[in-house]
Amino acid sequence: MIARLVAAIRDAALATVVAFGLFVIMVGLRTEVSPSGALFLQQRWREIGLLCALVFVGRLIIALWEIRPHSLGQSPRRAAFTLKLAQIFAPALMAAALVLPFVPGVDRYWLDLGILVLTYVMLGWGLNIVVGLAGLLDLGYVAFYGIGAYSYALLAQYYGFSFWLGLPLAGILAAFWGVLLGFPVLRLRGDYLAIVTLAFGEIIRVVLLNWVSLTGGPNGIGGIPRPSFFGLPFNMSGEPDTFAGFFGLEPDPIHRVIFLYYLILALALLTNWVTIRIRRQPIGRAWEALREDEIACRALGINVTTTKLTAFALGAMFGGFAGAFFATRQGFISPESFTFIESAIILAIVVLGGMGSQIGVAVAAVVMIGGFELFRDLQEWRMLVFGAAMVVIMVLRPRGLVGSRTPSIALGERKAIGASHVSEGRG
Amino acid sequence: MAYALQQLINGISLGMIYGLIAVGYTMVYGIIGMINFAHGDIFMVGAFVALISILLLIAGGVMDGPAALLLVLAISMAFTALYGWTVERIAYRPLRGSFRLAPLISAIGMSIVLQNFVQLSQGARVKPLEPQLVGGFEVMREGDFVVQLSTMQILIVLTTLVVLAVFTWLVTKTPLGRAMRACEQDRKMAGLLGINTDRTISLTFVIGASLAAVAGTLYLLRYGVIDFYVGFLAGVKAFTAAVLGGIGSLPGAVLGGLLIGLIETFWSAYFSVQYKDVAAFSILALTLIFLPTGLLGRQEVEKV
Repeated sequence: MIARLVAAIRDAALATVVAFGLFVIMVGLRTEVSPSGALFLQQRWREIGLLCALVFVGRLIIALWEIRPHSLGQSPRRAAFTLKLAQIFAPALMAAALVLPFVPGVDRYWLDLGILVLTYVMLGWGLNIVVGLAGLLDLGYVAFYGIGAYSYALLAQYYGFSFWLGLPLAGILAAFWGVLLGFPVLRLRGDYLAIVTLAFGEIIRVVLLNWVSLTGGPNGIGGIPRPSFFGLPFNMSGEPDTFAGFFGLEPDPIHRVIFLYYLILALALLTNWVTIRIRRQPIGRAWEALREDEIACRALGINVTTTKLTAFALGAMFGGFAGAFFATRQGFISPESFTFIESAIILAIVVLGGMGSQIGVAVAAVVMIGGFELFRDLQEWRMLVFGAAMVVIMVLRPRGLVGSRTPSIALGERKAIGASHVSEGRG
Repeated sequence: MAYALQQLINGISLGMIYGLIAVGYTMVYGIIGMINFAHGDIFMVGAFVALISILLLIAGGVMDGPAALLLVLAISMAFTALYGWTVERIAYRPLRGSFRLAPLISAIGMSIVLQNFVQLSQGARVKPLEPQLVGGFEVMREGDFVVQLSTMQILIVLTTLVVLAVFTWLVTKTPLGRAMRACEQDRKMAGLLGINTDRTISLTFVIGASLAAVAGTLYLLRYGVIDFYVGFLAGVKAFTAAVLGGIGSLPGAVLGGLLIGLIETFWSAYFSVQYKDVAAFSILALTLIFLPTGLLGRQEVEKV
């Protein structure tokens, strides 16, 4: 016992020395710009002391409690348990999502948060097709989100398209770009694919930023038309041909928010439904086979080209839908909304959720985006907390929150298996 | 002609910086097969440490001459190496042997952490540093246009060459280098033969981070403005360079860096500054389509 304590204290002391080395320059000396424009240094010894003390205590607790990362494999029993939990949890989550707008005490803030979370759920499910099912690592998914948003915004601005016309077109255009990107990267594997998709995302963003005559550049596009309820616009006038007037309701701005909430819920569920259905189709099984072993796929006569392209196109299409929704909800878009960090967040949601697991992705989106929102008061600290959370969750649960899978198709009883037995694909 | 020569000089000095960062990517990729996404931010930390130590030396009144610059370089390398080591220890080592995407996600998380850590501790404002090295040579004169080779550019090229020479010696001639190459070829086998693979990987990160610190210091001295976000784009471009040269190949990384630097500089000079990143990335995509293993990469044999 004493030996353990001594070892823990020594460990913590070492960590503190390292922490001192890390912080002594970067935190202890802050560069400030003086009014004359010259730089000067400000000493902050108190902060260093505080951080070092924090590291010492934290490390001591970890060392004493022996908080260790989970083992990589998952036992079949635990996998089955997770699955059962998911079976109960999924309908509960679904029901909660359905009734949320009518729960007393749920105001505009919660609805907006719900819309945000659902947007990420949808994006996560869309990317899940590419990464989780087909095993193609895509770091530029936000490009399709951006293409969808800009497609609808530009169509509305130049040709006066309404949301309901713009939505499918945005999806189709994004899918088209997905195929266009898919063609050159067909031969690439794994990390090469990741870096090319990342480059593609950056190219799209830079073009949006610099093609000022078309996209307005950094100023973005404003005045994007709002969606109507089957032709009935939402406004405050209370005329018979508006939503409130037609149904004899008191005009209230919350109507539109509730409508947008159900709209994104429907879009997200559409993504989920299509994914679940397609997994049982030959093409969906081809995706999963491709993720497991590309060479075996080729040997079995699966057309790898069309398989990869359909995955890219379908994933991109849902990204495009989400983008069009984003544009109509915000009413204003600019390239700033489509930076790499968005791609990273969406990918993190997919991986943290346990790749390929639909419910896992939904839970991860709620945890990450909802958690991010919880830390709103922390202001600029929250991105730091967000990044740290990504690292910690990965270290503790490398297979994501839902680390088990059921086979899409099976003879007799379906057995859940630990995700560590599922290959993640080589791209 | 003179204009092109000037661009060549600028492109080479920029390319050297990319090359130094790219070596860090390619080493880590070679040895543990992951994209160290936080490497660009390690470069940024290196630039900040250099900035702070320059300010310290100025405050102490000893910031002049090559000795001071060497001291800045040494401080930056030492402290940035510590960052490289810590990042590996916290975010990557627990995930060793885990599935492929896990370290990538934790690397992205680490990159976000480093960026925001620096933003919090050093402030979000751009830091302008007045030029520490001025002067240069006139290489050529054509009409009104004078081709300049500044002392700074000479320093960049010389420092890079010296650092790379030391690094090459380290990898090819020392026991550590042998251990690194062994781990790269077969980590399990290297472990069986008595190589401490964890230590070797840690040292790889330390070396990569110190090279990034050199790049950061040179970048700071050459361009004079840094902020907490400077690492992202530089990192992506350096990774592009590593892939272009053939990932896993050390000379390839430097070659790729030079090419990216030259492409970017010439594109900005002759076509458009706004689209220089597009040019670099398009070249990357084209290379990968026609030369999937990069310029100097080994052809991977697929074993079934």
